[in-house]
Amino acid sequence: MADFTTVEVETDLLICGGGMAACGAAVEAAHWAKKNNLKVTLVDKAAMDRSGAVAMGLSAINQYVGLKDGQNTMQDYLDYVRNDLMGVTREDLVASIARHVDSTVHLYEKWGLPIWKDKDGGYVHEGRWQLMINGESYKIIVAEAAKNALGKDNIYERVFITEPLMDGDRCVGAVGFSVRENKFYVFKARAVLCAMGGAVGVFKPRSSGEGAGRAWYPPFNSGASTYFTLQAGAELTCQEVRFIPVRFKDAYGPVGAWFLLFKARATNALDENYMQTRASELEKWAPYGKVKPVPANLRNWLMMLDVMEGKGPIYMRTEEAIQAIAKETTDEKAYKKKMKELENEAWEDFLDMTISQAILWAATDTEPEKKASEIAAAEPYFIGSHSGASGAWVSGPKDLAPKEYFWGYENMSTAKGLFCAGDASGASSHKFSSGSHAEGRIAAKSAIRYIVNEKPAKAKYDAAAIQALKDLVIRPLKTYADNQGLSTQADVNPGYIMPNMFRMRMQKIMDEYAGGVTAQFTTSERNLKRALELLAMLKEDSAKLGAKDLHDLMRAWENTHRMYQAEAHVRTILFRQETRWPGYYFRSDKPKMDKDWEVFVNCKMDPKSGEWEMKKVPIVRISK
Amino acid sequence: MPSFVNPEKCDGCKAQDKTACQYICPNNLMVLDKDKMKAYNQEPDQCWECMCCVKICPQQAMDVRGYADFVPMGASCVPMRSTDNIMWTVKFRGGMVKRFKFPIRTTPEGKAVPNGGWDTNPDLDGPTLYTEPQSLGMDSVWSK
Ligand SMILES: Cc1cc2nc3c(=O)[nH]c(=O)nc-3n(C[C@H](O)[C@H](O)[C@H](O)COP(=O)(O)OP(=O)(O)OC[C@H]3O[C@@H](n4cnc5c(N)ncnc54)[C@H](O)[C@@H]3O)c2cc1C
Ligand code: SF4
Ligand code: SF4
Repeated sequence: MADFTTVEVETDLLICGGGMAACGAAVEAAHWAKKNNLKVTLVDKAAMDRSGAVAMGLSAINQYVGLKDGQNTMQDYLDYVRNDLMGVTREDLVASIARHVDSTVHLYEKWGLPIWKDKDGGYVHEGRWQLMINGESYKIIVAEAAKNALGKDNIYERVFITEPLMDGDRCVGAVGFSVRENKFYVFKARAVLCAMGGAVGVFKPRSSGEGAGRAWYPPFNSGASTYFTLQAGAELTCQEVRFIPVRFKDAYGPVGAWFLLFKARATNALDENYMQTRASELEKWAPYGKVKPVPANLRNWLMMLDVMEGKGPIYMRTEEAIQAIAKETTDEKAYKKKMKELENEAWEDFLDMTISQAILWAATDTEPEKKASEIAAAEPYFIGSHSGASGAWVSGPKDLAPKEYFWGYENMSTAKGLFCAGDASGASSHKFSSGSHAEGRIAAKSAIRYIVNEKPAKAKYDAAAIQALKDLVIRPLKTYADNQGLSTQADVNPGYIMPNMFRMRMQKIMDEYAGGVTAQFTTSERNLKRALELLAMLKEDSAKLGAKDLHDLMRAWENTHRMYQAEAHVRTILFRQETRWPGYYFRSDKPKMDKDWEVFVNCKMDPKSGEWEMKKVPIVRISK
Repeated sequence: MPSFVNPEKCDGCKAQDKTACQYICPNNLMVLDKDKMKAYNQEPDQCWECMCCVKICPQQAMDVRGYADFVPMGASCVPMRSTDNIMWTVKFRGGMVKRFKFPIRTTPEGKAVPNGGWDTNPDLDGPTLYTEPQSLGMDSVWSK
């Protein structure tokens, strides 16, 4: 096995990740750090220009509150988010993000992001809280501002973060490795901001051949935030609140513009609108079943009931919607112009953020104005910034947080010096791309304040401790090299398991026992307990992951990270004795919502013993 | 084979230490075969079809062939990205071709000013971020 050099980097604030939240953090931290003579370093496993969920671009900014225009109030926004999450949300965090998000969007516009404008110069809304953009270069523009703020010497790209560095209960840095050169990195810091996105690939994807990479959520976000915060001993929340988006079937093209902008209907194969025919089902999930808009998971649920009854396929009625809008025009010329405009909007929606869907339409000769397209529920993902809620349990801001939710520095996890934002922080969903950026800014300012006020010491790790971490991180390469001689077939060897097979083993367990696609998103106590038995053996075998090169080493660690996400999820759905989010998952042994479970479920793991602790935490609202 | 490289067009980015496709792929999929001086996707089943590689390749040597396990053959979506817009040529299985052009940014490349030109707030305490309240368009940050 080749030699690895150790590179030590000293800094004050370490930002792990380079996505929307990390870019927000970089811009804000750079300003306050300069004023206080501090150094900020950012590490991303990919190239910031195109890393994370926004790599391909987006066609909408999903959170803009518009407080300055007075059309919406904070109360409106809190009601919307709380109801969509079936009552389980941290209002202090949601309000904290919502009060800053407009500022982030105004910055985007200055940086050069084309936001659609109406004839009076106002933003064009897709829905009440969503703005339409020409977002092909969204990530490039946002990364550009972050890079200009930090300076390229403070940015490490293609370095994969594996573990936190701890000093007792304080987080003081991180270790990782380059995916391009044989280098082991040790970042020593005073505070750390974790923003490494959510997780996909924990459950088996619907397409398991060449299309396995076509999850809705990008295959390159693999649970690093969950693993990192767990290993720091931090408390996590809402690990049961997975997200299952309903999207155009197979390529997972977005449906937002179709529902919100084009007002399309979704119907089953019998031309029935399940939102109408199954309206009475919503009563069972009151009060949340009765609010408008109907919570995302309940809309999924009504559709799934139709599918389970054999009434599929389900269609998005694109042809009806486009014709209805175009018909409102007065003459032939205006009609043609309108049709052209709608066609452009429909295709741009895909080309800006899910090119696969455009390819699928072209490959099936689908013209949306002529033919309806199938929609379906995807597989489960962990994305606390969207309509899921999983992430770390963090402090709220001083002026908004109830005392139970405040411990000095907003967005600090229960591990000292470890701040979280975006998908990495929990119970504050519906922040999306813009809110994640705003939250990165909030967390970064708070982290700098922590460094200035508390003057925390940097990591004191001696050579032996660093060597032990290095041995752990590069172990899969050694395991592979040591056992190679046992077989003539590199992938089939009794001495190790390759990362791909390890991932498939985990996905099979999760799919079958924890409510994946093939189990119709349904699970029960007995199934979950069986999942834990099988995951325990998987965890033992993770010590035998093999890697033939640096790319494999990254895959080995990604799947180790995912495995911890899997366990946190299984333990939490097992602990919660009810079904609260049908459409995301259904506990067949506890099929109803239970008032006593209108609480958060938090968990944490002792990094040394591996023991888990689960608890209920009361919900304290800040609004009426 | 989601993204793929046309061997006739790829020049290995003229043997520079980092090829463009390798630099950009968010999933670390593109590698250069140094003997042939041609790039390839090392793990097609982990490709997101995000086309970041296709858009950046200086030789237009890259394309995407829809996932074989659910996409019928014969279609393509080819981007041409310039400094301020992107042109798409969408070819249907049945032969129809559609073209779309969309803006991608309103400012010169590389010139994003982090504070957007707004006044900066001097106070490290409290919730006001450094470009606020001005960047909010309000007099102060909302509070309870
Ligand atoms: C398909 C899709 C469509 C969406 N559509 C919209 C929309 O229309 N509008 C909207 O506003 N929002 C949308 N969102 C939501 C938005 O993309 C997310 O809310 C946002 O990107 C979350 O920001 P983040 O910083 O937490 O994660 P990301 O932006 O995903 O960034 C994660 C970062 O962590 C890095 N990373 C991961 N692991 C490691 C590691 N081990 N070491 C180092 N770095 C690591 C990644 O490279 C990346 O830089 C969409 C999301 C998806 C998936
Ligand atoms: S960017 Fe294009 S030319 Fe350069 S190595 Fe990749 S495929 Fe070849
Ligand atoms: S399409 Fe995207 S994921 Fe696939 S190789 Fe290109 S850059 Fe990587």
